[in-house]
Amino acid sequence: MNRFLAIALKELRQLRRDRLTLAMMAMLPVVQLLLFGYAINSDVRHVPTVVWDQDHSAASREIVQTLEATGFYDIEGRVFGYPEIERGMRSGRARVALVVPPGYEASLAAQRPSTLQLVVDGTDPQIVASALNTVSSLVALRSAAIADARLGSAPPIRLEPTIWYNPDQRTAVFIVPGLIGVILTMTMVMLTAMAIVRERERGTLEALIVSPVRSIELMLGKILPYVAIGYVQVTLILGVGRVVFDVPFVGSVGLLYLLTFLFIAANLALGLVFSTLARTQQQAMQMSFFFLLPNILLSGFAFPFEGMPEAAQWLAQALPLTHFLRIVRGVALKGSTLSDLMPELYWLGGILCVFVGLASLRFRKKLG
Amino acid sequence: MSAEVVIEAQHLARHFGDLVAVRDVSLSVRRGEIFGVLGPNGAGKSTTIRMLCGILDPTSGGARVVGFDVRQQPEEVKRRIGYVTQRFSLYEDLTVRENMEFFAGIYGVPRRERRARIEGRLERAGLMPRQKQLAANLSGGWQRRLALACSTIHEPPLLFLDEPTAGVDPVSRREFWDQIHRISSEGTTVLVTTHYMDEAERCHRLAFIFKGEVLDVGSPSEIVARRALRIAELHVPAESRRAAELLRERSEVDEVAPFGAVLRVATLGGGDPVALCREVLAGAGIALERAEEARPTVEDAFVSMVRSEGAS
Ligand SMILES: Nc1ncnc2c1ncn2[C@@H]1O[C@H](COP(=O)(O)OP(=O)(O)OP(=O)(O)O)[C@@H](O)[C@H]1O
Ligand SMILES: [Mg+2]
Repeated sequence: MNRFLAIALKELRQLRRDRLTLAMMAMLPVVQLLLFGYAINSDVRHVPTVVWDQDHSAASREIVQTLEATGFYDIEGRVFGYPEIERGMRSGRARVALVVPPGYEASLAAQRPSTLQLVVDGTDPQIVASALNTVSSLVALRSAAIADARLGSAPPIRLEPTIWYNPDQRTAVFIVPGLIGVILTMTMVMLTAMAIVRERERGTLEALIVSPVRSIELMLGKILPYVAIGYVQVTLILGVGRVVFDVPFVGSVGLLYLLTFLFIAANLALGLVFSTLARTQQQAMQMSFFFLLPNILLSGFAFPFEGMPEAAQWLAQALPLTHFLRIVRGVALKGSTLSDLMPELYWLGGILCVFVGLASLRFRKKLG
Repeated sequence: MSAEVVIEAQHLARHFGDLVAVRDVSLSVRRGEIFGVLGPNGAGKSTTIRMLCGILDPTSGGARVVGFDVRQQPEEVKRRIGYVTQRFSLYEDLTVRENMEFFAGIYGVPRRERRARIEGRLERAGLMPRQKQLAANLSGGWQRRLALACSTIHEPPLLFLDEPTAGVDPVSRREFWDQIHRISSEGTTVLVTTHYMDEAERCHRLAFIFKGEVLDVGSPSEIVARRALRIAELHVPAESRRAAELLRERSEVDEVAPFGAVLRVATLGGGDPVALCREVLAGAGIALERAEEARPTVEDAFVSMVRSEGAS
């Protein structure tokens, strides 16, 4: 017990002198948070749009105005013909073009169906989806209103969508809790892996393994200070997310902190495994980044888990981040309780056991 | 095994892939000895020590150290030894005192004794005024002393020192060796590797290791005597290069080495070296100002042994 504390104390003393690492660990969550929160915003707005109005009527002006009123489309100007639309798309001046056919108003008046065309630059699927989404609901509304006026009655089916938990559909609300998981994955794995490889590089590991310290004491003493750092990061992100992005926290903070322990421990154990494989700190860092990539892509942080092929979903189940994301989003945004999260708890526990097992298998007090 | 034997190594060998770092090393070190291990770079000294410490598994052979088998009970061995590694292996970003506290902690020095023990060690090593200095800012000599102080904090009965004075100035080396003798006189057995021959002569017994094998073991005087070298020191005012070449052609001459104005000629076979040199130089008409016989040193024996092994 004493020996384990001696190692933890030593690690803390070294950390205190390593200002750069300390600053990085505090800055990283904040900078990432601001980056993700402000810059990477998937709420698509202000898409440059051109209009080819071949009708020049009150009805055509009205549809353009409703379009602009959504805030989604910025009408950049009028064009005359497809070649001009194409030039606009290629130069990036326009990403969407609305084509109103000649005789649009006349068709409406004559109660004949009329077709509006929306040309969308498909290079960014996210813009396509949002553009189509906005415009079709808009057109559906207009059609319904016109039909109502004609029939003089209410439409037989009405859909009233109600969105729970993130009613304004703000990206920050979704991203910030997830960012806790990404940042912990990044820093926890890397810090432990580097902390041990650094000793190997500097030659101090030889002095450690020739001492009577037990492997378990060495591993625990090494990772304990980083558990504390992990909690500081969690608190920092939740706090800044709350203050700057107004991200709500509806569940139990205590429950989240409790479950976070499993997640941090799993990452630290993986860091230990990496430390037994890497010869240099650089290798340790590369391994950590290599591990981070599938985490970001597959865990459901960047892309919806449900949209992935089944094989990718299976792979994602093996990543601690996948389960932690469900936990943190559940607790913070939906107020999930322990019993709601049992499956994730089992998964995380299982992954932790595997990593710890691997680490203690690989972590030997031997050279060569 | 007698209780007086602290290290008993039998046919230790260690391979790294195709490379044979240690081929066959058998040693027996008695309690209270300062046992020196000599050998050229890459001879396998550090690898042997690592196997004796229980941190590197031998490919074959085995050893009992402080009464425990290094393969079966490495942790028991580790509890009872101190080891100063060849590379400085303390924490450069910790202060002198923090390093001592850390080693006292991981070696399980009881909390009550810790403070007194650390202060005693700092005092003895002369590190007291520097206790708040970062280890990185100590000079090489002081770093070595700190390493010694840290690795003896738990009062181990056996101490391994791997080139503890490499790159240290002569005065600091003397002081370091005074410490080694002091530790030894308190009953600690010391196994030390070195490339300095003056240090080798301060050991009770020596082992010569070459290409992973033990060439000879014994007290410095025994080892020197076994080589049966006789040395002549010649003052050759002119043409000393030609003189050296001529002398080297003689089969009795083992080595000719210039030391400033003096040629040091080592001969084998037991004949009078001075007479031999006079005869060779007179035959070539080279003037010899003065010639006298000198006592062979461990260095002479070492060089001669390595040369003859290297040639065979
Ligand atoms: N972990 C290792 N992996 C591969 N080769 C090794 C390893 N450790 C040592 N060697 C090789 O084994 C040989 C003996 O090395 P060792 O360090 O024991 O020599 P040494 O006698 O201590 O030399 P020096 O006087 O330079 O310290 C060398 O050729 C070295 O390159
Ligand atoms: Mg060595």
